[in-house]
Amino acid sequence: MNTKIAIIKAARSLWNSLPILVGVVMLIALVPSHIHYVFTDSTWINVILGDVFGSISAGNPLTSYVIGGELLKQGISLYAVTAFLVAWVTVGIIQLPAESILLSKKFAVLRNVLSFIFAMVVAIITVYLVNLL
Amino acid sequence: MTSDKSYAAWYFLLGVIGLYVVLFMLGYDVVTPLKFAGKTLVKLSYVIFIVFAVMAVTNKYITPEWIQRHIVEAHAAKRWIVAVITGILSTGPIYMWYPLLKNLREKGIDYGFIATFLYNRAVKIPMLPVIVYYFGWVYTVILTVVMIFVSVFQGLIIECVERRGYL
Repeated sequence: MNTKIAIIKAARSLWNSLPILVGVVMLIALVPSHIHYVFTDSTWINVILGDVFGSISAGNPLTSYVIGGELLKQGISLYAVTAFLVAWVTVGIIQLPAESILLSKKFAVLRNVLSFIFAMVVAIITVYLVNLL
Repeated sequence: MTSDKSYAAWYFLLGVIGLYVVLFMLGYDVVTPLKFAGKTLVKLSYVIFIVFAVMAVTNKYITPEWIQRHIVEAHAAKRWIVAVITGILSTGPIYMWYPLLKNLREKGIDYGFIATFLYNRAVKIPMLPVIVYYFGWVYTVILTVVMIFVSVFQGLIIECVERRGYL
């Protein structure tokens, strides 16, 4: 791919995700004091909630990092935020039909179920190691 | 498909702006959230520029065909490392990769390899500056390493299930 096309493709990709990024930042700004209600006082329930929200969400990972970062600033535990970030990029409920058709239904379901479970495992191990350092 | 997706994104933004207008008309304070959103976007602007630069570089040098030719077909014994590296290097929407993976599957690549490849797509090198910005270097490095290990573990589980004839 020549340089000009590579730059245009990158710019187009970023331009396409820009409205979502701006919209999400605006939504987050609108509900900073309400977002807490989605989560509970229990760290472990929050991990599951983060995992569920990450799994059903889709879009550019950039958006998930912005949401995750803002959730963290609002006091949501790093465990829950990490589960959210990992599930966002590893579990693809929206892509499941396409994955099932092209790579087999059993594989797609098994891979997504494992990714859902591993999002929590990754969150626990990562935050444990971060806290150790 | 691209234009449909970009329209959907703009409709989403219009919807959010509409929500602000409705809240303003109902007498809610929308100036404070708008200032907050503006500050956040300004803070993110240089990170977005870095993301753009890295995306342009990976678009130029890393393509699905390049990965298939130079890495996937290079050495079968190193398939886990290959799956991790190709997964990390792959860019673009995930559905773009399904046909290639289907093609590789028909050529004998097992589901474990594909699962590890797909898991490592989560490790986005162009996005690392954003994660570092929000969560710091230590967190970013640990998360990346843990995800790489888990991706191989997931691949091994799926490979085991496939060998038992369940896939």
